[in-house]
Amino acid sequence: MGLFSMDLSPLNQRRLKNFKANRRGYVSLWLFIALFLVTLFAELIANDKPVLISYKGELLSPLVVEYPESKFGGFLPKTDYRDPFVQDEIQQNGWIIWAPVRYSYRTVNLDLPTPAPAPPSWSLTREVRCAPFEAGIEDVNCTIGNWNWLGTDDQGRDVLARLIYGFRISVLFGLTLTLFSSIIGVTAGAVQGFFGGLVDLIFQRFIEIWTSVPQLYLLLIIAAIITPSFWILLGILLLFSWVALVGVVRAEFLRARNFEYVAAAKALGVSDRTIMIRHLLPNAMVATLTFMPFILNGSITTLTSLDFLGFGLPPGSPSLGELLAQGKKNLEAPWLGITGFLSISIMLSLLIFIGEAVRDAFDPRKTFQ
Amino acid sequence: MSKQPIAQPLLQVRDLSVSFRQDGQEKIAVSHISFDLEKGETLALVGESGSGKSVSALSILKLLPYPAASHPSGEIVFDGQDLLKADDKTLRGVRGNRISMIFQEPMSSLNPLHTVEQQIGEVLSIHHGMSESQSRARVLELLEDVGIREPEKRLKSYPHQLSGGQRQRVMIAMALANEPELLIADEPTTALDVTVQAQILDLLRRLQKSHGMALLFITHDLGIVERLADRVCVMTDGEIVESGKTAEIFANPSHAYTQHLLGSEPSGHALPVAQDAPILLKTDDLKVWFPIKRGLLRRTVGHIKAVDGVSLSIKKGETLGIVGESGSGKTTLGLALLRMISSDGPIVFQGEGIDDLDSKRIRAMRGDMQIVFQDPFGSLSPRMSIANIVAEGLSIHAPDLSPEEQDEKVCRVLEEVGIDPATRHRYPHEFSGGQRQRISIARAMILEPKFVMLDEPTSALDMSVQSQVVDLLRDLQAKHGLTYLFISHDLKVVRALSSRVLVMRAGKVVEKGSVEQIFEAPETDYTKALMAAALRMETAPEGIVAD
Repeated sequence: MGLFSMDLSPLNQRRLKNFKANRRGYVSLWLFIALFLVTLFAELIANDKPVLISYKGELLSPLVVEYPESKFGGFLPKTDYRDPFVQDEIQQNGWIIWAPVRYSYRTVNLDLPTPAPAPPSWSLTREVRCAPFEAGIEDVNCTIGNWNWLGTDDQGRDVLARLIYGFRISVLFGLTLTLFSSIIGVTAGAVQGFFGGLVDLIFQRFIEIWTSVPQLYLLLIIAAIITPSFWILLGILLLFSWVALVGVVRAEFLRARNFEYVAAAKALGVSDRTIMIRHLLPNAMVATLTFMPFILNGSITTLTSLDFLGFGLPPGSPSLGELLAQGKKNLEAPWLGITGFLSISIMLSLLIFIGEAVRDAFDPRKTFQ
Repeated sequence: MSKQPIAQPLLQVRDLSVSFRQDGQEKIAVSHISFDLEKGETLALVGESGSGKSVSALSILKLLPYPAASHPSGEIVFDGQDLLKADDKTLRGVRGNRISMIFQEPMSSLNPLHTVEQQIGEVLSIHHGMSESQSRARVLELLEDVGIREPEKRLKSYPHQLSGGQRQRVMIAMALANEPELLIADEPTTALDVTVQAQILDLLRRLQKSHGMALLFITHDLGIVERLADRVCVMTDGEIVESGKTAEIFANPSHAYTQHLLGSEPSGHALPVAQDAPILLKTDDLKVWFPIKRGLLRRTVGHIKAVDGVSLSIKKGETLGIVGESGSGKTTLGLALLRMISSDGPIVFQGEGIDDLDSKRIRAMRGDMQIVFQDPFGSLSPRMSIANIVAEGLSIHAPDLSPEEQDEKVCRVLEEVGIDPATRHRYPHEFSGGQRQRISIARAMILEPKFVMLDEPTSALDMSVQSQVVDLLRDLQAKHGLTYLFISHDLKVVRALSSRVLVMRAGKVVEKGSVEQIFEAPETDYTKALMAAALRMETAPEGIVAD
């Protein structure tokens, strides 16, 4: 019912204008969207499999189909496209298009010029960089595609690749958690605010008890018992994050349920559920949208801190928290800590700037010149 | 400062314009108005909502939201000083000291966290640096002056512990604290009951005389102007179209708009009802009691008797008016009759007892009984187009209609209430107050109800729009044989529409009878006081009505 329709009411036009007037928030939004879209296609940017192969007149896409090595005259069940033997074979019978970065988040670079963690390739001379390859400087594999732009971690994995995948998983995790906790929080707040009375009383007391449970310890204990996957971790965090929105939505519903147009709808015989969705929810949307960027931020921070402590995503997953942990462990390799710090702080700052701009845009008292 | 000749008026407003900037566009709210105010004189600024009267008054003290607001032209000379050019410090010295102001809504203009003593004492301490002990005597004197009984006991009261009239009296006491030369009153009685309004007007008149203040009175109510003001300025669309002595303007209005305003009092009479018309709605000894719970175990220690044993019956095609002060239980009674709130006692609608129906059957019955609410701004959802608003009930009570049939029905009903159907895809904020009230009427009418409860449908509207809405309601009643329950504190409107009247006080029926009986020959003191206040703005002796 026009809740998300494109013909914006003058109020929403004003909000949009206010949002755009906040240059920092507006630029942050575009930057964040750009970063998110780019990392969404991480497989095409950083991958140890070529994007496209032409082999004996046949077009192959290793990203989609997993070809056994026998296809290229080998014997392994999976093809390691980074193997010079396979590359030679393909090059002689066709061509290869690589992703710009020839590492995936779990690819171990076996051709490191120095023991892992290796420094960024651009800080080394060409001779050093190419030393591990068979033909030295002349080797075809000593190309920019095989650079470790941000160095490697202590297991020889490319930091840039892990950063790209890690950013994606953090944001996706944050978005999913925000979405689910908003759905649950808004529903719970709506029910409490609309019905009030005993329902409200019982729910509120429950929430008070629930929020006083020490979350982090509980998360640590649960994570120690069951190995967390993406979805299990999401579920555990969801147990606690949904309460964030209940308060504001409940307050909005408590206020708005006494509006005359709600009474008018009741007098028309409209059912409670329809009234809540059609007449009351739009009122609560402002508060919800204002809170959302901050909830997203909180979700990402929680995931990062769990990963940092080693209780987050399963081992081997690309994660910013794990990158930070590595930075702490390997102080002699400053590129790890610096990368982790910068990426997390930039991402969170962008989100905070966006959140600030959204909050100001919805503030009825704020006027921009 | 006061070296000006005595002949100079106290306040001179010359060629004043006010404009507001919104989304980069300049909007003129007041254009080139001029008026004078002598010492001790009462000037009324009259106009309908949006005419710019409040904005003009607020600019005298520079209380508008600058810099969004600006004054392209004009000067406001108060005692020889142009206030528009004065700096903040000078203005602060004038505000609340030499010029003070009282506002419409006494609840929101008083700080809910301060006691009466603190509220009034603050003015004294700001302008005279009085300490708390010094100011107490003065506060008591002021409270006595504005007619608050037992002021010693009221000193420690918070605003929510006072009645509406008492709050407005405290506001006036604050305004008078520094004996201002000019008092600006911006619709000071609009939010009050008629009986209280009469008392407050009386008080203002008395205080003005004893203090020798000039009074700038802003109102939309011509009845007040006639009784209070020496001179009057009629405003519309940001311009003063006519000004002069009150008596002259009322006797002989020259501008078309003034004539229109003066001729726009709701008029006419209720439609005749057939003697043998069947009874549509009936209730006997209806009670709505809200329990008061106290203590640890939330035991019920008593009840607030909002409606306490009311019996009534309404014939088909009749209009029953319910009048009374605010808090008398009028609206609660109406809502209980429509089963919008729970009540005790039999309610018979169309020969069927509806007081024990479950919520599902009540919902099915809603199509037959509808409500039109008071506030045309609050009763329409701001996020739905008016076509959606009007059609909402159809989806419940006539779910088989195709979208085209629905749309056709919406158009027909909008046309019937006088709204152009071509505008049906617009949102409520694009319509004026009167148009919105027509839309809420359309929303009720589309279900072809038999019974409509009208809860103060005209109170939030301008006078000229009021009479249009009353005419519309009467036309619809004649056309569809509707039965109305008309709830209002505005007796003029009640007289124009109802055939019988019920007077309520504190949840009980004080008096009932035909409209002629009640208006011409009221029997109880309460009804008499109500009539005197509403029709002649006279105050009643103490103790009959609220204060």
